[in-house]
Amino acid sequence: MFEPAIITHLVIAELPGALRELPSDQLNLLVNNIKNLVFGNIVSGEINPAMQDAADHYQHLHTISRAAQTVVALSLAILCTLLAWRSIHKEQRARNSVERIIMLFLIASSSIAVFTTIGIILSVLFEAIRFFQAVPLTDFMFGLKWSPQMAIREDQVGSSGAFGAVPLFAGTMLISFIAMLVAAPIGLMSAIYLSEYASKRVRNIAKPLLEILAGVPTVVYGFFAALVVAPLIRDSGTLLGLDVASESALTAGLVMGVMIIPFISSLSDDVINAVPQAMRDGSYGLGATRSETIRLVIIPAALPGIVSGMLLGISRAIGETMIVVMAAGLSANLSANPLQAVTTVTVQIVTLLVGDQEFDSPKTLAAFALGLMLFITTLILNVIALHVVRKYREQYE
Amino acid sequence: MQTNTLYNSSATQPDNCINIQSSIASDDCHTVGNTSVKNPRMNCRNVDVFYADKQAINQVTLDIGRNEVIAMIGPSGCGKSTFLRCLNRMNDTIDSCRISGEILLDGQNIYDKRQDVVPLRAQVGMVFQKPNPFPKSIYENVAYGPRIHGLTSTKSDLDIIVESSLNRAGLWDEVKDRLNQPGTGLSGGQQQRLCIARTIAVGPEVILMDEPCSALDPIATAKIEELIDELHEEYTIVIVTHSMQQAARVSQRTAYFHLGNLIEVGETNQIFSNPRHKLTEDYITGRFG
Repeated sequence: MFEPAIITHLVIAELPGALRELPSDQLNLLVNNIKNLVFGNIVSGEINPAMQDAADHYQHLHTISRAAQTVVALSLAILCTLLAWRSIHKEQRARNSVERIIMLFLIASSSIAVFTTIGIILSVLFEAIRFFQAVPLTDFMFGLKWSPQMAIREDQVGSSGAFGAVPLFAGTMLISFIAMLVAAPIGLMSAIYLSEYASKRVRNIAKPLLEILAGVPTVVYGFFAALVVAPLIRDSGTLLGLDVASESALTAGLVMGVMIIPFISSLSDDVINAVPQAMRDGSYGLGATRSETIRLVIIPAALPGIVSGMLLGISRAIGETMIVVMAAGLSANLSANPLQAVTTVTVQIVTLLVGDQEFDSPKTLAAFALGLMLFITTLILNVIALHVVRKYREQYE
Repeated sequence: MQTNTLYNSSATQPDNCINIQSSIASDDCHTVGNTSVKNPRMNCRNVDVFYADKQAINQVTLDIGRNEVIAMIGPSGCGKSTFLRCLNRMNDTIDSCRISGEILLDGQNIYDKRQDVVPLRAQVGMVFQKPNPFPKSIYENVAYGPRIHGLTSTKSDLDIIVESSLNRAGLWDEVKDRLNQPGTGLSGGQQQRLCIARTIAVGPEVILMDEPCSALDPIATAKIEELIDELHEEYTIVIVTHSMQQAARVSQRTAYFHLGNLIEVGETNQIFSNPRHKLTEDYITGRFG
């Protein structure tokens, strides 16, 4: 691993004084040339005797290092074998130490995810703080105008730079709301059908089919929304005499709703199935119909799980990017009209960071601030969902 | 209790249709003892039950009298629970289950196409092996049945039903101060009595009990048995039990099932003191089962 670095260092130390005094960039070039000479690659410039010497020296060191590697590996193996051999005796319980090693390995694996999360939060947080040094927090939180173009030159026109995030969050909320309006009832109803009404055969076919929806990449949903659903909605809007933008919140919301259906239906189906059969028997035994049993016993018993499924669905909707990039548009309108184009937080993050960017202007730093807000929102939703699920678990124990 | 005189079996019936090891004999099986009673509440005639291809009940004919407690005993898998669940069509919820023969409730065939299963289950209530209160308050658990059947129009009527049902289940004094607490927070025995109260609240004629005490401790069991004894003045009770002592204590008649056949039925005293069929005798003397 460290072999090339060490050898290079040694070779440089052996070089004639005149060559050693060279500036670092020329020295690097020289070392590169020496390496090329050693490994038979094309050498730039002509080969002088000093270089040839150095190359021979390099070759020599390389051979030594190979031999040293072999020796070290062999002696390590022998040493370990000896240690293992010596530690075997009657009282030795290998299982304990093996289990401890496995446990350490598992702890390491799980902490990787945790530390990565912490790292992401910190980096986003620090960049966001830099952003808030340039743009006041109140302007960002309550400003109604989003126009993140900053003047690069002093005399540039029309680049005032306004960082009011309200239109973005309003757009996100509008699209998520439409998505949940589609996904929540359809997902819940399909879960009820699958778990309570469907025969085993139908269920075995329908459930995997529904879950395939969850496996469709969102970019596919995105161009489906932009190329199929958007024209459809625009044309039917025109028929009714409505003025529909071709990139409307409605399109993005509808398609996103379809994307979320499998999450909600699958989670709800699981919690409905987890309601003990005894509850159903008890209700049927009292002469309740199937719909009474579902409405009055099963849904209330499964409600916490269903709610947490919905919350996870909302988090997905808020964080969803590809569909809205393709179908929702870029103009930051502050509007509650689903037929207009709106933009979302995620879309703006993408547009702020696409292409060559400098990371010292508020324009790009705004992406971190938006990301932080988004992260906090979904984090709160997930915490609520987890809390609800935990409460649900206690109920049947 | 006559369990101390178990050994004076008189005659052994010819074992013409039962083979302990083989599966159910398909020819018709003769039940020992008198299956009919005067003025019955329910009549079962030649009931067969199949789960897919497997026959679980074979040609059972049995009358259930008014205001009697009839106990069903037999080794595990003998079909007594299956038979019980036929009486209020709980087996309808199992897809592969097929039933033939007829079961009459007050002269009306409950498997008739015109029979609606919802009022039937209100008339023939059921208490299950494991207490299964809904995850609602004690009050809501009892009020559930009257609500869905629209038995009351005002809140005060509902209060009265809830109180009287809990009273009859012997639970009122224990829970009257905490009606709004969840029913799942009660002890096992209390939960089972809550389930009985829930069943009573609908105003059934027959109550089916599927091993109602098997998940309870002896004290809770004694309370339930006491309750059954009180309830049979108003209701017909069919109880499936694994405990022969319990059958002897609470029932007037006892039916012994074996591998889907109804082997013997008779007065509880007679069954336990003087069983007429060899299999019945073997079972109650503990030779198998």
